[in-house]
Amino acid sequence: MLSVTEKQAIDHEIALVPYKKASVIEALKIVQQHRGWISDESVEEIAAYLEISPAEVDSVATFYNLIFRKPVGRHVILLCDSISCYVMGYPRLHKLLEDKLHIRMGGTTADNRFTLLPNVCLGCCDHAPALMIDKDLYRDVEPALLDDILKKYE
Amino acid sequence: MERPLTRNIHPDRPALNLKEYEMTGGYTALRKVCSGMTPAALQKLVQDSNLKGRGGAGFNTGIKWSLIPMGEEAASPKYLICNADEMEPGTFKDRLLLEGNPHQLIEGMILAAYAIQANISYVFLRWAYHKAADLIRKSIQEAYDAGYLGKDILGSGFHLDMHLHTGVGRYMCGEETALLNALEGKRATPRAKPPFPQISGLFGKPTIVNNVETLCCVPHIVNNGIEWFKGLSYSEDGGTKLYGVSGKVKRPGVWELPMGVTMRELIEEHAGGMKDGVELKGVLPGGASTDFLTTQHLDIKMDYKSVAAAGSRLGTGTMIVMDSGTCPVGFVHNLQHFFAQESCGWCTPCREGLPWVEKLLLSLEKGEGKKEDIELLDMHTQLLGPGSTFCALAPGAMEPLQSALKYFRDDFEKHIEHKKCPYD
Ligand SMILES: Cc1cc2nc3c(=O)[nH]c(=O)nc-3n(C[C@H](O)[C@H](O)[C@H](O)COP(=O)(O)O)c2cc1C
Ligand code: SF4
Ligand code: FES
Repeated sequence: MLSVTEKQAIDHEIALVPYKKASVIEALKIVQQHRGWISDESVEEIAAYLEISPAEVDSVATFYNLIFRKPVGRHVILLCDSISCYVMGYPRLHKLLEDKLHIRMGGTTADNRFTLLPNVCLGCCDHAPALMIDKDLYRDVEPALLDDILKKYE
Repeated sequence: MERPLTRNIHPDRPALNLKEYEMTGGYTALRKVCSGMTPAALQKLVQDSNLKGRGGAGFNTGIKWSLIPMGEEAASPKYLICNADEMEPGTFKDRLLLEGNPHQLIEGMILAAYAIQANISYVFLRWAYHKAADLIRKSIQEAYDAGYLGKDILGSGFHLDMHLHTGVGRYMCGEETALLNALEGKRATPRAKPPFPQISGLFGKPTIVNNVETLCCVPHIVNNGIEWFKGLSYSEDGGTKLYGVSGKVKRPGVWELPMGVTMRELIEEHAGGMKDGVELKGVLPGGASTDFLTTQHLDIKMDYKSVAAAGSRLGTGTMIVMDSGTCPVGFVHNLQHFFAQESCGWCTPCREGLPWVEKLLLSLEKGEGKKEDIELLDMHTQLLGPGSTFCALAPGAMEPLQSALKYFRDDFEKHIEHKKCPYD
């Protein structure tokens, strides 16, 4: 069941658009904010609330890469794998992160602390290579800085 | 040298709040327009200034606006949308404007909305720009409180609401008709044109989508006039331009400069030249979906016409430099991986072709390529070129590939001869 807070936030979005269905992306964002990811149950609950089919909600949920259809760790690392970062050292960071966290790209650490995901250009190519952890952007990431950065996230 | 768009942006200081923006002359353009300029006159002013869209295609902004139905009979509400999706790899210019001076953008949006008499506006912002999201949310509220947004703006009778929409990923959200679908809560697949968004856009109503940098120019044109705006430029396209350089240069960055500075000036002066130990090999002048230029093109002007005459596109004006130590095959493979991943899957050539291109490049890069692979790549640049696909993503993807095959063909061939990457 959608919580009262979730419903209120979704209602606020519905009021801004001509018909309910148009707020499905906002609804997914809201539910993900509260639950960390979008489960099959969440898809069904959103569908029921917006009066559309679960398949319709899922077609949208699976299209956008920052809607997570699988559980993620407490912190999500988005590593830029686009061109300027590629030139400036992304491949090394990629390997180092996988080794340090003992996971592959797309994986979550056993202690559920981090999920590692590739991401397109983060819009700070003049400070490549770049990565984001949750809402924090890190620029000019030297391999030697990685440990200190990761330490901040428990 | 004047830098109207970035004059009040200091990356080490917080962005201007409403009061500070007003002290630098902010919202005087809106006052001027609200005290008696007609929407038609504003459209004409912008058209005559020769402001060209900074989102990549370079279409005259005033002409784009003039295709909107006006008058009592026109469908309503009309929409004005700011495209702040900035996800083209190698592009980081709109971020500066969004984080540096949000009220400049908001004033530009109100003016653009007035010109087309739109009553609802959206900032479509990419998810990753959290700082910009906070600033824009706060600035929109300040503008409402000051009476620059909402009902009867400055007594003009004009009414405008503004909302922030943050995306949830996908490069395709930047394509203007896919953006409209995303705003309607659908997958970001493009729409057939015609009808053009000016006639049937968001929720089927007349809509204009403009880039952040385009909109930020508008208050300055209103304040200072057409001749001034044209005079900022070294070429026939009006205004200044935000140019960026990334890659192995000494000082990567973004600078507001007269439209039409040369590639050489950008790389050698502003970016400080190449890092020690590497040389310049190629340049994507305006983001990942523009054709390579090489050292022979250093003296061309970075304006729409000159870059096109050299066989590429100005695109977003943020260039990516490829150095002599970077393998062109690996470089292009990285680009094609991006495009294949971001294809929305709507049309067959792009959905099927791009992953194949990516695979061919990967096998070449690993030293497992065959002679025929290069011909297959050539063939794809035709099959996925302009006219064969539903939107510009696939043709854009083919631009760096076709030009790499032209300028760096021997690098592709060496991977086959030596059965390995010669740069490893
Ligand atoms: C795949 C694709 C992605 C695009 N991404 C952006 C973008 O992030 N920002 C942008 O302003 N324009 C982007 N564009 C261009 C827009 O479709 C549109 O032309 C532009 O927003 C119009 O604004 P302008 O007239 O002010 O340049 C993209 C185009 C394509 C084909
Ligand atoms: S060209 Fe690619 S991105 Fe564009 S509509 Fe076709 S499949 Fe989608
Ligand atoms: S390519 Fe990594 S931030 Fe742009």
